[in-house]
Amino acid sequence: MADESNQEVSTPSPRPQSRERSGPGGAGRDSGGRKFFRRKKVCKFCVEKIDEISYKDVRLLQQFVAERGKIVPRRLTGVCTPHQRRLTSAIKRARNIALLPFSAR
Amino acid sequence: MQRVYEVMFIVRPDIMEEDVDKLIATLQGNATQAGATVKNTEKMGKRRLAYDVKKFQEGLYVLMTLEGDGKAIHELERRLRVTEQVIKFITVRMDEEQQRLEKVRKLRASHARRPPAEAAVPETDSAAANA
Repeated sequence: MADESNQEVSTPSPRPQSRERSGPGGAGRDSGGRKFFRRKKVCKFCVEKIDEISYKDVRLLQQFVAERGKIVPRRLTGVCTPHQRRLTSAIKRARNIALLPFSAR
Repeated sequence: MQRVYEVMFIVRPDIMEEDVDKLIATLQGNATQAGATVKNTEKMGKRRLAYDVKKFQEGLYVLMTLEGDGKAIHELERRLRVTEQVIKFITVRMDEEQQRLEKVRKLRASHARRPPAEAAVPETDSAAANA
């Protein structure tokens, strides 16, 4: 999980000065530097129709927490904004009740 | 104002099973006395804590679903804070989330009824094309 997302970090990110933001899907065609195709990331919660993001569901939340216990940013996981918001609050609640670590190791 | 709350607390792991039951019973009594109704209580068993809490590495998780007003919950929280066997607790208000979920489910149900009709149209088309 975390390894995969780390690999994706190393791929060149869109340059900040380029006005038209290429979404995670629309990579490859613009900005000459990048020639390889990156598959479109989709929101897990939208695709699998997970309505409730509960702080008790550690298995689910763990997928969006990096090795050190950090919340993985949206640009790496592809989660949509409304779901990321709920996910974040759920992870924070889980941390409060010692289901997830604030920082691991 | 009646609201639905969820109280999750962690009981220290070194106490006996029947003591845990007793503790839960007294807390339920406290909650009802304070004016809340206990809907459900669930022992989620022993779990490793993600970090040390009062030098304990594991704890017994208990989940309580209540309905009551803020005052009752406040009182219960005070009790939990005072109770020594409880090493950590969290209260989450659930009613708004439940309402939202219901809305989403309803929306989804109404959407689910439509797509089959749409899907049926192309199917017949392709069948016609094949024939």
